[in-house]
Amino acid sequence: MIDLTPKSERLLTMKGLCIQGRTGETWIDIVKGVDVHLNRGEVLGLIGESGAGKSTIGLAAMGFARPGCRIVGGELDFDGINLRTASPRQLQKLHGKRIAYVAQSAAASFNPAFRLINQFAESPVQHGVSSYDQAVEDGKQLFQTLNLPDPENFGFRYPHQVSGGQLQRAMTAMAMSCKPDLIIFDEPTTALDVTTQIEVLAAIKHIVKRFNTAAIYVTHDLAVVSQMADRIMVLRHGELVEENTTREMIEAPQKEYTRDLLSTRTYRKAPISLEESEKPILEVKNLNAFYSDFHVLKDINLRVLPATTMAVVGESGSGKSTLARCITGLLPPKTGTIEFEGDTLPSSYKNRDKEQLRRIQMIYQMPDTALNPRQRISEIIGRPLTFYLGLTGAERDKRIAELLELIELPTDFANRIPSELSGGQKQRICIARALAANPDLIICDEVTSALDELVSEEILKLLQRLQDELKVSYLFITHDLATVKAISDEIIVMLQGEIVEQGRRDTVLTPPFHEYTDLLLSSVPEMDPDWLDNLLEKRQQTSER
Amino acid sequence: MFSNFLKELKNAPFAAQLGVFIIIVYLIAAIFAPLIAPYAETEIIGDVWEEMSSKSWLGTDQIGRDLFTRLIYGARNTISIAFVTTILSFFIGICGGFMAAVIGGWIDQGMSRFVDIMMSIPILIFALMILSVLGTSTPVLIGVIAVLDSTRVYRLSRAVAMDVVVMDFVEAAKLRGENTWYLMSREVLPNTLAPLVAEFGLRFCFVFLFISSLSFLGLGIQPPTADWGSMVRENSGAITFGILTPLVPAAAIAILTIGVNLVVDWFLHKTAGIKDS
Repeated sequence: MIDLTPKSERLLTMKGLCIQGRTGETWIDIVKGVDVHLNRGEVLGLIGESGAGKSTIGLAAMGFARPGCRIVGGELDFDGINLRTASPRQLQKLHGKRIAYVAQSAAASFNPAFRLINQFAESPVQHGVSSYDQAVEDGKQLFQTLNLPDPENFGFRYPHQVSGGQLQRAMTAMAMSCKPDLIIFDEPTTALDVTTQIEVLAAIKHIVKRFNTAAIYVTHDLAVVSQMADRIMVLRHGELVEENTTREMIEAPQKEYTRDLLSTRTYRKAPISLEESEKPILEVKNLNAFYSDFHVLKDINLRVLPATTMAVVGESGSGKSTLARCITGLLPPKTGTIEFEGDTLPSSYKNRDKEQLRRIQMIYQMPDTALNPRQRISEIIGRPLTFYLGLTGAERDKRIAELLELIELPTDFANRIPSELSGGQKQRICIARALAANPDLIICDEVTSALDELVSEEILKLLQRLQDELKVSYLFITHDLATVKAISDEIIVMLQGEIVEQGRRDTVLTPPFHEYTDLLLSSVPEMDPDWLDNLLEKRQQTSER
Repeated sequence: MFSNFLKELKNAPFAAQLGVFIIIVYLIAAIFAPLIAPYAETEIIGDVWEEMSSKSWLGTDQIGRDLFTRLIYGARNTISIAFVTTILSFFIGICGGFMAAVIGGWIDQGMSRFVDIMMSIPILIFALMILSVLGTSTPVLIGVIAVLDSTRVYRLSRAVAMDVVVMDFVEAAKLRGENTWYLMSREVLPNTLAPLVAEFGLRFCFVFLFISSLSFLGLGIQPPTADWGSMVRENSGAITFGILTPLVPAAAIAILTIGVNLVVDWFLHKTAGIKDS
């Protein structure tokens, strides 16, 4: 490709970038000769699954490699400065002043002991860009630009006193504090709810445009990046798959892998006929639960029919995971009953008998913490077999092999330990552990949200196949509406501990919508570069009316 | 298993190899004491505080027994008592700490406050009090030190177990209906082993020094049984005459302590994933 950009327009050039990471004693290539270039005021999207090397490339643009990583080859040129040969002192001068970084988890990146404004002012004062008072004034203006509430006083709060979305915007303001030439956004909205994500995306987009800042936007979500970026690079296993302008990438992807990424979230479960008269497997009546004095669940009523999937949707803090804790008996409700096939369950799991415990199983959000790292897979899956069904020896081994086949993993995985498995494989093991008990109901708590999109789609398909074969019911807790669309028969929408809407999938997801459901649905990013602008315009109009 | 260990040891830093070497030498001395020692444990072979000579390599003690022989037999008594005591104290401490972490609530509160009270009394004075009431036989000595020392182990094992019991896999086991013992032994213990083993090495040294100091005060291992602490005490008078005899058992204590700590450091580095550069 002939480079026609005038020299002054070019901000960052990385040529043949090679980065290695250490596992144990050996070094493995994690970025294999990628070329990245970026002009002033341009936003570049880096997209790929975990392990694609996208964050590593983002950090390399700062001349930095994470501990355990090293840059081994390639040119790194930032506005005429060679970042590979630059001294730590030179880099120190660049970082924060001319190149800034916004991390994925703002909550973990702020120092909880200092007020936001002091953390904001640190960088400009340190770099000698402005005095403290000047920086504070700048901060207030930036907070205003980013649509933060009460910008005059916002900065005087501590990080724990503001919400996650506000914190992420405060971090963007911090990155902007020295008016840098380049900002690297590393999955800035991944940990946020969809409705909060919109605010942050809008704020970032606005501010980047306003100051004509160049940005590298790292994410795994193609729909999000298509709102933000002028140009997208699709990465896989440390290599470039495809590079194009956003619009062309979305409209005419060239490579198979990009098409796969674009076509995720299209899986749909075939609608089934629900017999309302049928006896429900799980029925929750007038459930109220408290965390000490805080009323978390208010008058919850729901019924799950056999061999169906009930999706519980809501944002963080809506009480959907608490509902799961009540049903499993971890949090005994204050009032209300939980009936399983017509029998009332004891409110605490400690008072339930083995048979009652066996019939409700749970799959967790983070497969990493849901599997004991010191147990072999055979022990993890085999324990429920021995515990509930009394299987031992060869019988047990046979059943373990059957279960592994059922979840589409090779049977020799039985001898492995969890750290030797990928995230998707671990989640499959969690599914197998639940299935080992021959349950009638499985509670799935955000089972796909820690996984890459292609992997989570496979998990959803697996769960569906298992339901068809084994007639198990699912209570599917999630914040992700794409998942809900894919797998549910019935839907419950929760907001602040209450059920705001409930019904069949097609009823809930076709207009006319309930107000809150509409807000949730319209906040899910679509694969359309104009989606965010259109949405914001539409919302603006509605609020003006 | 053993060949793995040898391979690890070959790649270990020099300090760790030195530590392992020291421990092995001490263990050989302790196990084969009657074969190695030139004389019997209480045999009087010469004059009081004789100089080092070919007859007695490290000289003689305050009543003319061979110091080298006493040192070897002392290794046997001191190390084995310290070892049994540490194991017992870890058993009590880990059981208590894990139970507090797994069950929680009032049981945790009750046990933790009780341990706080125990720890608020200086351990040496506490031990002296109990030993002067119960007498100073070896089983009593082991029991008393183990119980007193287990409060420290309780604190640590409760803290490390707390980090594990909040994990989802423990919740999953609870919901499966597993009993407390299963949770403690199969879910929590394997995931807390690294810090506990490291602590074992350290506590072993402390117990060892504690026995030595009790012996020095006359409440530890009783004569004529050889042990390093009482050897220091019994020979301490020699210092005033410029004779170095009491420093020899003291050095034996110091070297073992250093050796064990070198190995513990190595283990901590390995489990924490910190690599020496």
